[in-house]
Amino acid sequence: MTFMPQMNRRSFIIGAATATGGLALGIDLPFGSKLAMAQGAAGPEVTAWVVIKPDDTVVIRIARSEMGQGTLTGLAQLVAEELECDWSKVTTEYPTPGQSVARKRVWGDFSTGGSRGIRESNEYVRKGGATARTMLIQAAANEWKVPASECKAENSKITHMPSGRSTTYGKVADAASKIEPPAAASVTLKDPKDWKIAGKGVKRLDTVEKTNGKMIYGTDVVLPNMLNAAIKDCPVFGGKLKSFDEAKVMSMKGVKKVVRVDDSSVAVVADTWWHAKVALDALPIVWDEGENAKVNQASIESWLKEGLDADKAFVGNQNGDVKAAIAGAAKKVEAVYSYPFLNHAPMEPMNATAVYTSDRCEVWTGTQNGEAAFAAVLEASGLPAEKCDVHKIMLGGGFGRRGRTDYVTQAVNIAKQMPGTPIKLIWSREEDMLHGTYHPITQARMVGTFDANNNLTGLSMRISGQSILAGVAPSRMGRDGSDPVVFQGLSPSGDFAFSYSIPNLLIDHAMRNPHVPPGFWRGVNINQNCIYVECFMDELAKEVGQDPLEFRRKLMAKHPLNLAVLNAVADRIGWSKPAPAGVHRGLAHFKGFGSYVAAAAEISVTGGNKIKIHRIVAATDPGHAVNPAQIERQISGSFVYGLSAVFFQENTVKNGRIVEENFDTFDSIRMADMPPVESIVMPSGGFWGGVGEPTICVAAPAVLNAFASATGKRIRSFPLKNHNIAFA
Amino acid sequence: MIELKVNGKMHRVDVEPDTPLLWAIRENVGLTGTKYGCGIAQCGACTVHINGEPVRSCAMQASEAVGKEITTIEGLAANGMVHKVQKAWVDHDVPQCGYCQSGMIMAAVSLLKEKPKPTDADIDAAMTNICRCGTFQQVRAAIHDAAKA
Repeated sequence: MTFMPQMNRRSFIIGAATATGGLALGIDLPFGSKLAMAQGAAGPEVTAWVVIKPDDTVVIRIARSEMGQGTLTGLAQLVAEELECDWSKVTTEYPTPGQSVARKRVWGDFSTGGSRGIRESNEYVRKGGATARTMLIQAAANEWKVPASECKAENSKITHMPSGRSTTYGKVADAASKIEPPAAASVTLKDPKDWKIAGKGVKRLDTVEKTNGKMIYGTDVVLPNMLNAAIKDCPVFGGKLKSFDEAKVMSMKGVKKVVRVDDSSVAVVADTWWHAKVALDALPIVWDEGENAKVNQASIESWLKEGLDADKAFVGNQNGDVKAAIAGAAKKVEAVYSYPFLNHAPMEPMNATAVYTSDRCEVWTGTQNGEAAFAAVLEASGLPAEKCDVHKIMLGGGFGRRGRTDYVTQAVNIAKQMPGTPIKLIWSREEDMLHGTYHPITQARMVGTFDANNNLTGLSMRISGQSILAGVAPSRMGRDGSDPVVFQGLSPSGDFAFSYSIPNLLIDHAMRNPHVPPGFWRGVNINQNCIYVECFMDELAKEVGQDPLEFRRKLMAKHPLNLAVLNAVADRIGWSKPAPAGVHRGLAHFKGFGSYVAAAAEISVTGGNKIKIHRIVAATDPGHAVNPAQIERQISGSFVYGLSAVFFQENTVKNGRIVEENFDTFDSIRMADMPPVESIVMPSGGFWGGVGEPTICVAAPAVLNAFASATGKRIRSFPLKNHNIAFA
Repeated sequence: MIELKVNGKMHRVDVEPDTPLLWAIRENVGLTGTKYGCGIAQCGACTVHINGEPVRSCAMQASEAVGKEITTIEGLAANGMVHKVQKAWVDHDVPQCGYCQSGMIMAAVSLLKEKPKPTDADIDAAMTNICRCGTFQQVRAAIHDAAKA
């Protein structure tokens, strides 16, 4: 969308205290949190993005969600850069979706997924800062009765150059807020090479509260007279709630009410969450599990396997004639890979706090998509937009799961049955594991062909498996029923372009959608697509006795930015020199979310199945790097998320439900298994790529290729624990 | 009704003896810095100190903590001074989402009490908390830094 900051001359205060009207709720969050203070920020609003208080404090509004990825700090840096303000005086606050709707979506899109937080809003937030700077300068110039062109702003101070007179932002903010903003076209942005705050690895703005227990997450929200709810949804996806015997638990300590939440779930409301959970566990529940209860992991896998040979498939990328290449090949290599369902498993289970009356409904929750949560509140409450709002709370991890709003709807459905009483719904870890929106399950048959001179002539890649869009957003599917998202990292061009030139190429998808609900799982479909392509590239290179790096380079002449990150990790790991004795190397690269990423791993293997990762080198070219220190953290963290999956994690289906209920059967990397990661942040400029997700996809194939090099064994299904392979 | 001594202060809390200490701390004492992650002592987000020892409070009954010194993340700072581990965490910008970090910090404080100059192997052995964002590299650096303070 195109969008420009709008002026609002009224003093504007964000938060429930002003938004609740008749509810008299107040934003009674626990004391001392930065959030609680920010929610009450008062001062003249210069633009929608910038509020400046008389003491020169700069409050920067952030529409996207912070879930650890550093977007809050990065977006504030971009606004501050153009505003020319004193970074040490910057604080932030979240506008609410309700306020945004009331102001014609002045803050644009709230959605924070697809690594889009910064790359898709950088231009308009920078203009919000630049516009505010222009207005502040004009206000000072008006006061001094001098031309604005003679004034300069720097570090929250405005100076009239000829006379040396100066003032501060805080002193002129009120006057600036009453000035007509400049025409959008007249607002120019800095060249990134002139950045002083953006582009620097400044410290995050939200760290202190995360080290002293004061940061408020959704699970920590406390409202006056609040009750707590624990919930069970039918463990079989698509099943229904038949009945429950509330009489058995109503006398249990603290229990206030047992409620049917929707067609498939029941909740116990009690004074404390622990009481609610204990009673819920004791509650006799009868489910109508339905037909899906007959589905098992093996039946899903055999259905996908059949898709590898199906006639009907959607083409995602094609050139030349693969069939002819296969028919005329001097040599052919074939392999079948697969990738499992995966729960996001953020550390904080899903939760939302809702309060409903016939005249107002408000929700406090950690969400990656404030506007979608707002829409869910409208729908569940049946109230119009002006009578609803959502207050965003810090997320205890998102990874894509909190882009969905099922838990918000549930909280409102419960609150509706106890009007006027705030209800905090928290899922148990078990509920969270059983009711995820899982990384899609797929298989892939890879076929590569060579001519008599060992040149790669063709690549056929048949994906069989699940479409995320079919489960999440059918309206975004192709008119033919295809799902373009399946081809992330494999597309002919764009943010997810395939990074090899192969004379005969066919990549297609036989859609097979099991009943397990799919979701966008950090990295989405590049995770398995990169494993399929990059492991198979090593298989092809091995077949013709070529070095994996040289083999790739020959196919990458038209992909210079991919080649640059690949070369960067190869150089740093010392690919051209022999590895230390007993150490083996692997490489991988890809393009995803607009960025170019590569990784190289050095590992040793003992007993044929115990992996020690000695060293990882990872490079990323995100075009512009707003905060290189945070990008480095996203890169090293990506190896935790990506390698946890490939070593330990899968969700399997038995009798229609997910088997793994907690971290004991769905483990995650801990300190001892964390490899040292050297990050190379190499922004080449000229485009804006994402950061939070791309690197995950190269983590697994770099290690898998090193493992194959060490052992001669190629692993094609995951997790590695199923092959009795573990960390040393 | 039981009595719990949390961060040096006595609290009379109305819980059944088998209530997990985690929930007594969060819901009855009202200190929410200690987090719920798994409920089965797997993830460590709920780590507190009982008489100075790290304990996963989701798997300890509140009654077992009666008569003992319970320290939570809110009680680490002393005399208005943040703990050296908290300072190192800020210096290294460790947290991402931050949800696991209370438990991570409590585990690190225990480690340094036990081993003031821990090796990487000591850190590997003591820091068994889960962090899904993957802050381990910064956690390790911060622990080494705190050991020098």
